Amino acid sequence: MKHVTVSSDSIRKFFVTAASAVLLTAVIVVSAQETATPNGIADNRLAAFAFTNGNFYQPDGTYVRGGTLLISEGLVVELAVGNDVPAGYFEIDLEGKYVYPGFIDVYTDYGISELERRDDNGNAENLYPSDRAFNVNDAIRSNFRASTEFTPDTAERDKYRELGFSSVLSLRPDGIARGTSALITLGNKNANESIVAADAAAHYSLDKGTSSQSMPVSLMGSFALIRQTFLDAQWFGAQQPRPFTDDTLEAWNSTQALPQIMEVENWQEALTVDRVGDEFETQYILKTTGDSFRQSELIKGTNASLIIPIDFPSAPEVNDPLLADGVSFEDLKHWELAPFNPRILEENEIEFAITSSGGSDKFWENLNKAVDNGLSEHTAINAITSTAAGLLGLEDLVGQLSPNSLANFVITSSPLFAADSQILENWIEGERFVLAEDFDDRAGTYALSAGGQVYLIEMGFENGEPSAELVLDDNESRRADLDLSEDLITLSFAVDEEGNRLRLSGWPIEDSNDFGWQGNGRSPSGDRINWRMIRNSGITSVESDTESETGIPALPSEVIFPFTAYGRTELPAQQNLLIRGATVWTNEDIGNVITDVLVRDGRIAAVGDNLSADQVTVIDGSGKHLTPGIIDEHSHIALFNINETQTNSSMVRMKDVVNSENINIYRNLAGGVVAAQLLHGSANPIGGQSAIVKMRWGASPQDLLIEGADEFIKFALGENVKRSSNPASIRYPQTRMGVEQVFVDAFSQAQEYGKAWDQYNSLSRTQQRDAIAPRRDLVDETMLEILNGERFVTSHSYVQSEINMLMHVADSFDFNINTFTHILEGYKVADKMARHGAGGSTFSDWWGYKWEVRYAIPYNAALMQQAGVVVALNSDDAELSRRLNQEAAKAVKYGGVSEIDALKMVTLNPAILLHLDSRMGSIREGKDADLVLWSDHPLSIYAVAETTWIEGIPYYDRDSDMALRQQIASERARIIGTMSNNSGND
Amino acid sequence: MKNLLGKLFQSIPFLALLYTINVNAVVPIPAPDQSEPIAITGAIIHVGDGRVIGDGVITFNEGIITAVGSAGDGINTDGHRVINLQGQHVYPGFVLPNTILGLQEVGAIRATQDVMEEGDINASVRSAIAYNTDSELIPTQRFNGILTAQATPQGGLVSGSSSVFKLDGWNWEDAMLVEDVGIHLHWPSLRIRRRSPETGLFETVDNEDYAAQTQLLHSLFQAAQTYSGEPLNLNLAAMQPVLNGSAKLFLHVDQAREIISAVRFARNYGVDELVLVGAAEAMQIVDFLIAQDVPIIYERIHELPLQEWHDVDAPFKTPFLLHEAGLKVGIGGGATSVDRQRNLPFFAGTAAAYGLDRETALSLVTLNSAEILGVADRVGSLEVGKDATLFISEGDALDMRTSQVLGAYIQGRDIDLFGTQQELYERFRDKYESQVEF
Repeated sequence: MKHVTVSSDSIRKFFVTAASAVLLTAVIVVSAQETATPNGIADNRLAAFAFTNGNFYQPDGTYVRGGTLLISEGLVVELAVGNDVPAGYFEIDLEGKYVYPGFIDVYTDYGISELERRDDNGNAENLYPSDRAFNVNDAIRSNFRASTEFTPDTAERDKYRELGFSSVLSLRPDGIARGTSALITLGNKNANESIVAADAAAHYSLDKGTSSQSMPVSLMGSFALIRQTFLDAQWFGAQQPRPFTDDTLEAWNSTQALPQIMEVENWQEALTVDRVGDEFETQYILKTTGDSFRQSELIKGTNASLIIPIDFPSAPEVNDPLLADGVSFEDLKHWELAPFNPRILEENEIEFAITSSGGSDKFWENLNKAVDNGLSEHTAINAITSTAAGLLGLEDLVGQLSPNSLANFVITSSPLFAADSQILENWIEGERFVLAEDFDDRAGTYALSAGGQVYLIEMGFENGEPSAELVLDDNESRRADLDLSEDLITLSFAVDEEGNRLRLSGWPIEDSNDFGWQGNGRSPSGDRINWRMIRNSGITSVESDTESETGIPALPSEVIFPFTAYGRTELPAQQNLLIRGATVWTNEDIGNVITDVLVRDGRIAAVGDNLSADQVTVIDGSGKHLTPGIIDEHSHIALFNINETQTNSSMVRMKDVVNSENINIYRNLAGGVVAAQLLHGSANPIGGQSAIVKMRWGASPQDLLIEGADEFIKFALGENVKRSSNPASIRYPQTRMGVEQVFVDAFSQAQEYGKAWDQYNSLSRTQQRDAIAPRRDLVDETMLEILNGERFVTSHSYVQSEINMLMHVADSFDFNINTFTHILEGYKVADKMARHGAGGSTFSDWWGYKWEVRYAIPYNAALMQQAGVVVALNSDDAELSRRLNQEAAKAVKYGGVSEIDALKMVTLNPAILLHLDSRMGSIREGKDADLVLWSDHPLSIYAVAETTWIEGIPYYDRDSDMALRQQIASERARIIGTMSNNSGND
Repeated sequence: MKNLLGKLFQSIPFLALLYTINVNAVVPIPAPDQSEPIAITGAIIHVGDGRVIGDGVITFNEGIITAVGSAGDGINTDGHRVINLQGQHVYPGFVLPNTILGLQEVGAIRATQDVMEEGDINASVRSAIAYNTDSELIPTQRFNGILTAQATPQGGLVSGSSSVFKLDGWNWEDAMLVEDVGIHLHWPSLRIRRRSPETGLFETVDNEDYAAQTQLLHSLFQAAQTYSGEPLNLNLAAMQPVLNGSAKLFLHVDQAREIISAVRFARNYGVDELVLVGAAEAMQIVDFLIAQDVPIIYERIHELPLQEWHDVDAPFKTPFLLHEAGLKVGIGGGATSVDRQRNLPFFAGTAAAYGLDRETALSLVTLNSAEILGVADRVGSLEVGKDATLFISEGDALDMRTSQVLGAYIQGRDIDLFGTQQELYERFRDKYESQVEF
């Protein structure tokens, strides 16, 4: 007997194969919930099993070989060495099969229904939360508990179960604060018993989900909302009694001790949200989208554990070369390297769990691919077992086979990542689920000795149906009739061409050394014979379960920085330079001179004739022009979002949403642009805080920011903030009259806020203990910074009335408007601007696109300059930005500004307006070596930027640009070739 | 600061006169007919066909060019009012194809728009009668040398018929250069970019309406081919000039695969006079276009590359590449908002900076476009018998650094370049000059 074996002592022992499924499941009874009333008589059983002769996986990657696992009542009793089966346990002989702790998917929405988005305001803004005693923002839903909503869903459950998962973390992925998730086991139990850990983790994202409230519409708004909610919750929780009822803030506070899991869409969000967490002493676990490999060192620096998907991208359509042209280089590279994400994270020693992305049917295919690509097997296994459990602090409950943990495990035919390995059974809290219905380990090649002859028999199981063939010498075979049950075998076949048949019947061999059958039969001539059929050793493939040392493949290509076209494997190095004989536009008193410029350590070391220096790269600039790098005072490139829309969104920070992978950075460099103010948009009177960056192509978002730069904020006036293009808009303000009131109100409120804090801070420590600290308000704090001269205003503006108005508001609060941007009617009030001390940053010749620009004239820059205003020309546009030198030329064309003054409008003047003129904007000893070498007069349309340096680093250079184009072309050809060869296999 | 504009105008006395007259005009008064023969001498004459004449002379009378040559050619200037430019430049007026100039005043205000008619098939609608000679945008095109424009309806699949206008006139009839030069067909895209209803992110998806949209076009052309006049059908009647070759079919299409389909579609219906407008991806199928001998109005020059991996300067050099390949190319402004189309000369300047020689670049905004629009017998180059539609620039008019348009003629009429923008400039310049300190 081989199959359901009757062991020597009693009928208590089973082998793990498909055929025994029916017998065994009958043993298991779903234990009843104690508080529930049964419909029938009590049926209490111990359900204790001993799994012997198994190879039991350990989190350190080793196996307990030939051990015995004892489980009872759905819990692990112990994992012991040896094969002793204590009394009361039913033995299941694993016969060398492999056992892994039950798999955990820590990011699912299993059993949680989706919310519907309510949006009854049409195109009008939705300014208020739902009318319930929850948070002031509907996207903050900390009071939600998945455990209260969970309803078992058998179809969904079976999908996970089939993949080998025995428990999942269920959350409602909706909103910015999403409340808590529950760890749910996937057996047949009811909801009460399936939830093994309610409130297992608290969840967050940067996506407001189905909340129809207008705020936030942007990523920076989401970050701001998280910050403010932290502050609100601290203030709220510090008060007894509470100032009002807010179950959301209560829950926000009460769930802080749980694992905090934050879902992000890309690595940039991951870095930013980790910094936000740091501000509030919170370490998020980051649920990523699988792009962390692009900046693995920075991700490592967050110290965050990750939850990563392995839903690798499918190949885009590339066989049609016309369509392939439309596939970005970034997408091609991502397609190629994303399957290496887990391995790269492992190499960087970043801890991660893996999610199946909703029970994807490609889960195992992709996980195998990740392992083939160099992810170690034990890290892969731990990512769905012990590491996953550890992230939740539930390692004693799930994820490993330790005493009193849930009896969750899978049994596989061979080591998990072996080529033909199958997950045979999935045990969940002691409940058995057979996955490989058609698995039968009796398949193989057998040597049959019968009647003095030896035949070779090939036995197979297709869909669980046994079949056999007689293997002949010449690679041919002949069908045999096979009838096989647990106990009996009947086999007959023709021994020759004439059809003379051998007919055999028998039973399994009871011998630990050989596997096969024996019995009696009849020879073709009718003689009674004995026969014996033994499986050939070495025919069943014995996979090595130790990980290969040599099998780590090379990456198909290197990660580039930034991860897009024109990225490089290494950033260009800083140069010490001597640029000889160029026409140098110094923007200093000496004006334009043909001379030499020496650059050392990123600074301009000397300007003068006949300079010489050792160990520098000498560049012949004769016939060329050297200018300070162009600075764009008004840009929106390299940002994930532009606008928040709350009337006053002073708390949002563009620094939170800088995208260093945006190709327009490189294109800016190619146009001689070295720096820009990345501004909030103009959807509201008080926009957001600026990010002032240098175009350090390849650096991280944080490293783009200019260190020590003054802080700025965007204001806006006129049609945009009145929402003139949306007739349905109900948001205050709708008129220029209201716009003024917004500013007066915001600054007045901020003053009150400041007073309240001053008052609180003046209390003694004892008095403070008895008082309630004012609520910290990030809007008011930002407005106070403006009043305190710690933050400077760049205001979008068009018509003279509003320009005048804002200067009056500023005067009345005793500060200056630093810069009016757009300022297309600045020429009408330029004298007032000069008196106020406001700069003007304008377009050269845009006009006519809306009513308020009807009297915009291209002479504006010249007129403002004439009146004594510091004038910059800006782009507000990714394309125009790379031709700002030509925009400067238009100040000569329209109004006769001198060429030197015109160039200052895109170099020194924006530096002045951004308070960076002490280090940028002119070519003077000691200033940053932000330089552009032009082929021609820089105001001419025929001029091309040949090299653009930032602090002596040639981030753009025409020669290296040509080399990069070649590389891109050959890389595209190579990757597309790989894709085409894998078509249908993506 | 000196009165630069005034100084420039005063260098040509006849312009200074107009400048003093028109200070409070709504839009400049249309110029009177040429009253006497005019000879411009001492000029660098850019003919528009690639030739440049160093010390050139050009004469015109009754609105028509009577002679063009160099000083040594002995051109008779007797009885002419002679204007000696002393080395300044003369150019044919720039031709602006595919524009909504005169059809829209303020983009953000619907009431000022006469650009897109309702519906997919609007062969019968005509920009000719909607063109507003009093548009405040028109003077701002003229002072950069743009003197001719193709006012073009947009939208739908067939948007209507365009006409070519002189940028000076009392009303649309007066300003008309050539009426109804062609019908504009917008070929649908196979793939469209939209915001995903699931993720909210932009994505490119198949255009599910493509088959239905192309079918609409097929049935229009089929019905037009067999149209007898009975029963009366305005759209089918409007299609006849395209089918019989007396008007052009302007195919607005950008993507490579769609260009192939659109051109083959037109050829299958026997359309000979065909123009591609847009053709952003033309370089990908340049051999096809050469075989089909289709001229192109290319519009994406001061634009970003189509793909992140494309050459940074791809839009800048595409006119050169198309021209090098042997195609007839004009440069249009349709990818740019109408207020910025006054930069048309600088699109050509960029094409010159990235491969084209400067006179060839000039022809892409003069003669080539005139030929492509079918108006080259009147404008586009400085040749005897053509309209005296030309302008004078202090320097290279393709480079904003040197472009200073000092005077312009449309059919020999000395037009007024001093508009609202100049008036506002002088008003405030004078105000600030008179202030002792601020």
